[in-house]
Amino acid sequence: MDFTEEQLRRYSRHILLPEVGGKGQKKISQAKVFLVGAGGLGCPVGYYLAAAGVGRIGIIDNDTVEISNLQRQIAHNTKRIGMPKVISAKQTFEELNPDVEVVPYKDKLTTKNILDLIKDYDIVVDGSDNFSTRYMVNDACVMLKKPLVSGAILRFEGQVTTIIPEEGPCYRCLFEEPPPPGLVPSCQEAGVLGVLTGVIGSLQATEVLKIILGKGELLKGELIIYNALRMSFRKVKVPKNPDCPMCGSHPTIKELIDYEEYCSLQAH
Amino acid sequence: MAVIVRIPTPLQRLTQGKEEIEGRPGSIMDLINDLDGKYPGIGERISEGGKIRRFVNVYVNEEDIRFLKAEETEVKDGDVVSIIPAIAGGI
Repeated sequence: MDFTEEQLRRYSRHILLPEVGGKGQKKISQAKVFLVGAGGLGCPVGYYLAAAGVGRIGIIDNDTVEISNLQRQIAHNTKRIGMPKVISAKQTFEELNPDVEVVPYKDKLTTKNILDLIKDYDIVVDGSDNFSTRYMVNDACVMLKKPLVSGAILRFEGQVTTIIPEEGPCYRCLFEEPPPPGLVPSCQEAGVLGVLTGVIGSLQATEVLKIILGKGELLKGELIIYNALRMSFRKVKVPKNPDCPMCGSHPTIKELIDYEEYCSLQAH
Repeated sequence: MAVIVRIPTPLQRLTQGKEEIEGRPGSIMDLINDLDGKYPGIGERISEGGKIRRFVNVYVNEEDIRFLKAEETEVKDGDVVSIIPAIAGGI
């Protein structure tokens, strides 16, 4: 496909970059990215990927917009309180860039639907708010060999890592198991600085674009930790764990695990 | 000089909000036991029965101790030990 005059103008600041150029921009416009969550992280990730011209953005979330979301979830707004988040996100992203097709899934991501949902996408971005989803997304991406950009936030701190199955470690290499209920507080319990989601989501979107372009160094085998209070970024190494139950030499996890019960416990 | 220990957000409640505290050189478990003396309760949040919990990672400088000598990894003055738990927030 060739770019129209308008598209050339829209993406001119990208096309000017030697690392992107017309060829890279074409790759971006043909890419299909799946976002888990239309919340704190999903909003900035989707917003920037839409601006960048990613061809198709799938987004799943079962929640509706609430007023307490608006301190950080910038794709939604006051008039849309009560609207499904994925519909609100679709409107926002498509208004920003009509070139982008946003596919909303107002649903819960489960062990039953995840493989089918992500199979036609090139890259998955995790911005979920609970451990059960986080581990399930990791396992599904390892099974289908989909690159995964995982981000998480709490209070003033965020973490990002990029998982390239077979090449690098997976989330279970990093943390073997989810913590038992109650030991790690959720954002709902512990709070989160709204703008932190913008920092972490922007880092995730950057990783996605680098994967699409095949440029730069990914956070593969590394975890970056951002602390907003100290204004510090730190990186630690994440080696591939040979004993990883998911991607090690003798994997013990052969099917997706439903941590549902675990999660509902956590909610109480 | 001492060992510098970086405390993650979820555990800062136990360190009076401090993100960086000083620890004693020795093995990782010595260090954690020493911290637990100063900040009661922190030991069991990080470890259980002398083992680091599976959803918590401990790094000496940038290296994950699971790939060094695990709980027996020795730390010395000037080393930076980071305690990093899994976090899940996004929404």
